[in-house]
Amino acid sequence: MSEDPLTKDLQRLEEIVHALEGDEIDLDRALALFEEGVRHLKTAKDRLSAAEIRVERVLEDADGVLKLTSFDA
Amino acid sequence: MKRQPRPSPDLFGAPVGEPTNRPAYTVSELGAALRLAAEAVVGQVWIKGEVIGMKTYEAGHWYFTLKDAESQLRCVMWRTYASRQRLVPVDGVEVYLLGTPTVWTQRGELRINAVALLPTAGVGLQQLALERTRERLAEDGLLDPTTKRALPAFPRAMAVVTSADGVVVHDIVTVARRRWPSIRIVLVPAKVQGDDAVDELVRALGIVNRLDGIDLCILGRGGGGRDDLLAFNAEPVCRAVAAVRVPTISAVGHETDLTLTDLVADLRAPTPSAAAAMALPDRGALGRQVSALGSRLGSGLRRRIQVLTERLARVSLRARHAVRRRVEVPRRRWERLAASLDALSPLAVLGRGYSVAQLADGRVVLRGDQLPAGTKFGLRLSDGTIKARSE
Repeated sequence: MSEDPLTKDLQRLEEIVHALEGDEIDLDRALALFEEGVRHLKTAKDRLSAAEIRVERVLEDADGVLKLTSFDA
Repeated sequence: MKRQPRPSPDLFGAPVGEPTNRPAYTVSELGAALRLAAEAVVGQVWIKGEVIGMKTYEAGHWYFTLKDAESQLRCVMWRTYASRQRLVPVDGVEVYLLGTPTVWTQRGELRINAVALLPTAGVGLQQLALERTRERLAEDGLLDPTTKRALPAFPRAMAVVTSADGVVVHDIVTVARRRWPSIRIVLVPAKVQGDDAVDELVRALGIVNRLDGIDLCILGRGGGGRDDLLAFNAEPVCRAVAAVRVPTISAVGHETDLTLTDLVADLRAPTPSAAAAMALPDRGALGRQVSALGSRLGSGLRRRIQVLTERLARVSLRARHAVRRRVEVPRRRWERLAASLDALSPLAVLGRGYSVAQLADGRVVLRGDQLPAGTKFGLRLSDGTIKARSE
């Protein structure tokens, strides 16, 4: 599931934190990484606080067409 | 099955309670006689009973007991015959056993030498059918643990194949609301017990493959009696589970029930709620993880800046030292030279209280005759010259 956006955010954040915690980057690079990290931090938090659960029910009609309707669970 | 004619040895021919004139048997003689009687008089027969205490040995022999409500018989099935059986009967299975009673004279025990076992109707046959299905699924690699797929880390949508009554879905939604509310749940209804259950489950699992954006599939059912789980042991349902394109979790019945779909699915959960907990990440824990990354991000930058600042401080200190060295050396040299010069200066003497008299033309007065009375001259002191006149 490498294309999952939350996975990507978290992976990039880990990389950035590791880079910042290492000793091998200059200040310009560190600042750029920090800004990028803050962006990923925000999108990851937004994704985690995402919308209300959605429950649907699928039914197949006589022609074999699938229909999704909202389901109250 | 050919029944052997039953010879009637003396042992059984003698009327009960009437002493014979026969000398005492040795143990071995009586053992042999009993053995002969058991094998020849009773011979090969069918016995119906329940198998218990089945022990299979590496050499291939089976030892077990056949029992009914009141009695038990010890049985052995040698490898030759055991290897012809399709499966090892589990404890409690009712069977028809074909065998010959004998006496194991070394131990003085009655044994049945079994040559065939057939399950009776009911549980036995069901068990047999289940084993056959399991074997076929295994042959096709559907039970191979190495082919199991991993669940997605952060699923966006999952299908739930279960009954339309919503009990299982409700359990799953309750867990999902707490752990991962961004999930989309698609209920694919199917009967889970009764005559239509197999067909409906197969159809529903097929529908899962036609839905867009589904990340995983839970096959769920609440607890029930053993018979109620039959559809989840049916071969077509198992094969339909294996054909689902996304990772599957089988959550059928309660903890103690194991069905074939449990073995075919990528993961088995004891209950639908447990399946949901396996499938969905915990938002709270992830939030804490993200927060921790956030604070590490901040402290990482601060540390980076601190490291760079310290490095800058070290560099500038060295620079200052270098500059100072450049300036100090000539300055100290100048001071030294200045001091020497000072010591050599004739003016220095004036500082000790001497003075020099100079005539108007600048000549220094060395002798008294140079100063007749009334001569104007200058008297040079350490801090300047004053005008004077001789008398």
